[in-house]
Amino acid sequence: MASAAIASSSSSFINQRRNDVGLSSFSPNTSFYLSNAKKKMVSKNIVSVMAPQSQRTPSTTGSVKTGMTMTEKILARASEKPQLSPGENVWVNVDILMTHDVCGPGSIGIFKKEFGQNAKVWDREKLVIIPDHYIFTKDERANRNVDILRDFCNEQNIKYFYDINDLGNFKANPDYKGVCHVALAQEGHCRPGEVLLGTDSHTCTAGAFGQFATGIGNTDAGFVLGTGKLLLKVPPTLRFVMDGEMPDYLLAKDLILQIIGEISVSGATYKSMEFVGSTVESLSMEERMTLCNMVVEAGGKNGVIPADATTYKYLEDKTSLPYEALYSDEKARFLSEYRFDISKLEPLVAKPHSPDNRALARECKDVKIDRVYIGSCTGGKTEDFLAAAKVFLASGKKVKVPTFLVPATQKVWMDVYSLPVPGSGGKTCSQIFEEAGCDTPASPSCGACLGGPKDTYARMNEAQVCVSTTNRNFPGRMGHKEGQIYLASPYTAAASALTGYVTDPREFLQ
Amino acid sequence: MAAATFSSLHHNISISSSPNKPHHSLTSPNLIKFPSSQSINRSSLISKPTLSPIPTRTRAAADDFTAPATAFHGVCYVVGDNIDTDQIIPAEYLTLVPSNPDEYKRLGSFALIGLPMAAYPTRFMSPGEFTSQYSILIGGDNFGCGSSREHAPVALGAAGVKAVVAESYARIFFRNSVSTGEVYPLESEKRLCEECKTGDVITIELGESLLINHTSGKEYKLKPVGDVGPVIEAGGIFAYARKAGMIPSRAV
Repeated sequence: MASAAIASSSSSFINQRRNDVGLSSFSPNTSFYLSNAKKKMVSKNIVSVMAPQSQRTPSTTGSVKTGMTMTEKILARASEKPQLSPGENVWVNVDILMTHDVCGPGSIGIFKKEFGQNAKVWDREKLVIIPDHYIFTKDERANRNVDILRDFCNEQNIKYFYDINDLGNFKANPDYKGVCHVALAQEGHCRPGEVLLGTDSHTCTAGAFGQFATGIGNTDAGFVLGTGKLLLKVPPTLRFVMDGEMPDYLLAKDLILQIIGEISVSGATYKSMEFVGSTVESLSMEERMTLCNMVVEAGGKNGVIPADATTYKYLEDKTSLPYEALYSDEKARFLSEYRFDISKLEPLVAKPHSPDNRALARECKDVKIDRVYIGSCTGGKTEDFLAAAKVFLASGKKVKVPTFLVPATQKVWMDVYSLPVPGSGGKTCSQIFEEAGCDTPASPSCGACLGGPKDTYARMNEAQVCVSTTNRNFPGRMGHKEGQIYLASPYTAAASALTGYVTDPREFLQ
Repeated sequence: MAAATFSSLHHNISISSSPNKPHHSLTSPNLIKFPSSQSINRSSLISKPTLSPIPTRTRAAADDFTAPATAFHGVCYVVGDNIDTDQIIPAEYLTLVPSNPDEYKRLGSFALIGLPMAAYPTRFMSPGEFTSQYSILIGGDNFGCGSSREHAPVALGAAGVKAVVAESYARIFFRNSVSTGEVYPLESEKRLCEECKTGDVITIELGESLLINHTSGKEYKLKPVGDVGPVIEAGGIFAYARKAGMIPSRAV
């Protein structure tokens, strides 16, 4: 299909009407497009944007099958339909439902109210309950909420409950994992071709495994608990083709910040985002998770990356359950296709107060900062800490601002203390962090990513400027309404910690 | 516009059927200040009260019959673009469990407390109150973006908000509003967050897809709700599924 070439000048615009072929679940009856009033500047890194396609005409005889996208295929299989098109509402069979301590108690309350106090969940092996948000706190209600989860799991004999009892020493809790989205992957609950729903917007992270994964609320979760089904609307798909060799100063966080900056925080609303291309294929599973994790920051319903050898290798020792990957047909219809030459991309940040407030890191070098935070489902995985350690190691200097490290899971925490950093002569991340003057890596949890109770470790309790590897920088996100958050990759976060200003990591990596 | 004009308006006002959810603020006998500085009794705006079309999770049962409302009327609170869930209900209050009636009520007291003071000097909630004087919320683009926390529409519903009118919605907030029946999510054709001001008196006529700003005297078309209509009319996902025969009626 011909692509409408876009000049690579900074004054180029995407100015096309998006002929939506269907909106996402329970969407208002609206057509979303970039109107003349909302022209969006296109960066030099976009090569082209595919022209919108005409609405598909479903076959009346059933003898002709229209090509389907990966998301459409997964939902078709889950709804036991041979064919689906964007805009169709279908009852979908859910493979995994995940909930945590913030939304679990409410979901359980709704389940019991609607299905009865003695009702049983639809499948005790398809429910995964992961306390992770407000764990290491003295907040009584937060602690009570974990108790509610525990009581429910005992009552229902839930197989996958990653409990914590001893809050003083997380290592004394072998079942405790930490951040749900990273734990889901590490524990083998993410499988190609499946439908995973979670009471958390960043459930879309699991799309990195070639599955349909999206966030839902308590009421929908309560419904799934009792039925194993949910009514979903099939989304149209935006395709993002990323080619070019990834420079060694970039991480997946830069790629997704580039995309969000390009299409805006509402650019993928009610839509699926599919990531393909040689750059994507070169990414590790953890980096792919970063890419899919922030799909929701563009408004996306879900993000998907086709499963490949990298996916299968990761899953080898994680799950013994059978799965079948699905892929977009050659003749699948995409709402739009964006092409990027990643070799030309530079390190990015999202300035306050929106994830689409994109800027080059080097353009923000005069921004004085008060702290750095490395953690969360977005930027607290093993490879994120290895990346930060690489910058600290290259500089040989000490940090100039408090630098907080919150490993996502217990496994990540152990990796931080045991894995040697390449080129360090056998030093671990923890040793390098200590030498650089960072705070001691904290107990694994969501931590200050979303503020939380007042005693949450590293919460922003005053109006400070923070460079963070997390996912959102709306006002108040990390605790203080007047705080300013610059979203960045672990490379950029570490570089900024070393200078006390927002800093391009190339200052230390080249 | 003279207050007399308002007293002759006859619109159906939705009244919550929940014993736990506070009644819509317009049903109280308190007085509203209108632009003319004259005051009229709020109850004179009500000709034929109907039960809320939006059963809340604190209701006795999700399959109770409720007659659909035809209109909402009240004072509006106006916010801008990208009002995310952290501004609607900051994370420190997420320890409150919405399905617990007492905690549901408390969530209302924190609704929109995350809005920055500088940008929103007029606060949505008065200190110490559980419900707001503003029953209609008007927003810009991408309203409710961010987390999937259902606490967001719940906090608004608990605070007495009946309808949200935005230029566009983030998917999960829209879906949660529909699934729970906490607030009625509507989309405007015009950018109403730049047309209306906090404190304006608004009527939303659902049948005509019309928003009337009595303070400015202007009328605006709203977009049709589309294929989500049956779920909204049923009162949420549980009521819809029961009506469709997918799940059995609740044993009371």
